[in-house]
Amino acid sequence: MKLRIQNGRLIDPSQNLDAVVDLFVENQKIVAIGDAPAGFDDAEVIDALGHWVLPGLVDLAVSLREPGYTQKGSVATEGRAAVSGGVTTLICPPNTSPIVDTPAVAALIQDKADEAGMANVFPIGALTQGLDGAHLSNMVSLTDAGCVALSNDRHEMVNTKVLSRALEYAATHDLLVVFHPDEKSLSEGGCAHEGLTATMHGLAGIPDTAETIALMRDLLLIEKSGVRAHFARLSCAKSVEMIADAKVAGLDVTADVAVHNLLLSDDVLSQFDGRYHVLPPLRGENDRLTLIEGIKRGAISAICSDHQPHEKMAKIAPFAATEPGMANVEILLPLAMQLMDEGDLDLSTLLTCLTSGPAACFGLEAGSLSVGSFADFILFDSTACWTWKYESRKTKGHNSPYFDQNFVGRVMSTYISGQRVYQAV
Amino acid sequence: MMRSDPRALQLNEHGQLKHFLTLDGLDKTILTEILDRAESFLSMGEQSVKKVPLLRGKTVVNLFFENSTRTRTTFELAGKRLSADVINLNIETSATSKGESLLDTLKNLEAMQSDMFIVRHSDSGAAHFIAEHCTPNVAIINAGDGRHAHPTQAMLDMLTIRRHKGSFEGLKVAIVGDILHSRVARSQLQSLTTLGVDEIRLVGPKTLVPSFFSEMGATICHDLEAGLKDVDVIVMLRLQKERMKGALLPSESEFYRLYGLTEESLSWAKPDAIVMHPGPINRGVEISSEVADGKHSVILDQVTNGIAVRMAVMSMAMSGQLQSDDASTAKGDN
Repeated sequence: MKLRIQNGRLIDPSQNLDAVVDLFVENQKIVAIGDAPAGFDDAEVIDALGHWVLPGLVDLAVSLREPGYTQKGSVATEGRAAVSGGVTTLICPPNTSPIVDTPAVAALIQDKADEAGMANVFPIGALTQGLDGAHLSNMVSLTDAGCVALSNDRHEMVNTKVLSRALEYAATHDLLVVFHPDEKSLSEGGCAHEGLTATMHGLAGIPDTAETIALMRDLLLIEKSGVRAHFARLSCAKSVEMIADAKVAGLDVTADVAVHNLLLSDDVLSQFDGRYHVLPPLRGENDRLTLIEGIKRGAISAICSDHQPHEKMAKIAPFAATEPGMANVEILLPLAMQLMDEGDLDLSTLLTCLTSGPAACFGLEAGSLSVGSFADFILFDSTACWTWKYESRKTKGHNSPYFDQNFVGRVMSTYISGQRVYQAV
Repeated sequence: MMRSDPRALQLNEHGQLKHFLTLDGLDKTILTEILDRAESFLSMGEQSVKKVPLLRGKTVVNLFFENSTRTRTTFELAGKRLSADVINLNIETSATSKGESLLDTLKNLEAMQSDMFIVRHSDSGAAHFIAEHCTPNVAIINAGDGRHAHPTQAMLDMLTIRRHKGSFEGLKVAIVGDILHSRVARSQLQSLTTLGVDEIRLVGPKTLVPSFFSEMGATICHDLEAGLKDVDVIVMLRLQKERMKGALLPSESEFYRLYGLTEESLSWAKPDAIVMHPGPINRGVEISSEVADGKHSVILDQVTNGIAVRMAVMSMAMSGQLQSDDASTAKGDN
């Protein structure tokens, strides 16, 4: 099968490319940019006039909820939601039921993903058995079964010694470990950023030290063990500085941030609106601005949706009793582009953080339109005004503060390995 | 799908109360109206026939997810003096720790065609949640939600202050003790600010007085003498015994030594200072018996005023519900 995507504006930061040129696909892969290779006269033509042609997005945090929580979502529903948002490669966390601590569960998720034929799915394996923080998982077997990294998610380790040994073991086999820095003794019971808003509203606070103390400990152990490390969902200004300093000191660490932590600060909690209950919490305005600064400076190299779908009842309760998380994978790109509208981020940096940036964090061959890559790409109408309607959402989740809001910029179609998996209606 | 602001949630389109959830967003006119109306009920309490028919034929449900004898009793009395039928429901928090059952409980009570819920709950924002999810025409009165607000308590404190001091202008008020966990202190801070006192001091150790309160217009004092110097009103808060377990304080005795109100520490305040306490008091922990029972104490006046304030708020919210144009508008969700 041969494809010619013509007349579109091809933007691929991984190649410093931004031009109206044609893209050629053969046998699932990109074979040429610009002039047609020989034998493409009979290729199927996709006219991308007026559209951007972008690498498929790489999202480091999409909870598929399967197995175990299919009332919230499934591989099929959330996979469909992902491709409708232009996400062609996604990483899913190990906090399913059963937990991804055996090769069988990792294989099950990937089989379901293959069956659904949606986004490329890469699970993260549990660092410890049952995420108990005490007993190491079979890390190598999990990796052999397709896990691209290991993590204890937001579950705590019983003590620093176990963490230290887990990192040494992972380092032995050159495995990537994903950290969610959170000192539980400080964050436990909290549901909102410890600041003026939480204080006024009597919501139990989570201090930024819950993140920074854990982060500092983790950095010291990463340095000692030499493990490959990625920090997930930074939320505090000081965390950005600590990661930047660690990079300057030569430590091989990367970091990501959830798109909502870049767009919102804790003042939105003033109505006790459980839709804004997320972990790590929405923090102060200075934290938000520093996270954006961290992207500009390269301390943070990926923006993710941190997609966490929930059934309706999960958010129908007083604030602290609601389950944390938002389900925004469908609107990741237009949502992230709001960061440009404020003049904060340039398009190239933004797209890098949604494509080749996250791919590099996990060593994935994705997020690029370079010749030889799999033909995962999207057509994007950057001027389309549309409403993300609750009734027509793809996710099974009911939890987003962005339902029925207007957006500028829309994913019109999504291709994985040259196959169209989504088209906007 | 956008949520209304708290002001819109608890006021009808004519600017009248239809719920009473928080003092945040209520202006001086409304607070003064509550106080004035409460004054009129106070004089009624001294008469032999104590009832008025303002809530006749209405069903008021005391919905207490957290135990409280005093608050529940005063609400019950207030309801009865307004001629309402009052039902008390004490619901163990453990049975409703999930949102499902809280919502289910509400739906059941709505089906019984209640007109007003008096709600106490351990979660901050619970009264807001109920007001947003309950059928229109049912008035929600917040009787304390988590650490967030206890607006009727604060208003009875305002009534007590006004009756003793005449007005709020020029007053210096000290609130002493466990501010961090206190919904009373938060509501007092808002009402005192709106009613225009001169200065509000929050007094206690850093573990119990978060620095963020200074951004809400209060002065933070860690020293009791500095905090009580020349104040007109002293509010002592109850210290829960479990605070010692959470490493917030070393002991009751050290707290009493540093922040307890005794005759000596009372002497730092103005000679005509009044002493208030939302109750129940811990003698010898936050206040000495001599002061609690002494001539500066107005603690029992607060209880009397509490019934009048609750009658005022309940009658205002019920009439605000009846005069609301969009009483039948459906509420948004998800």
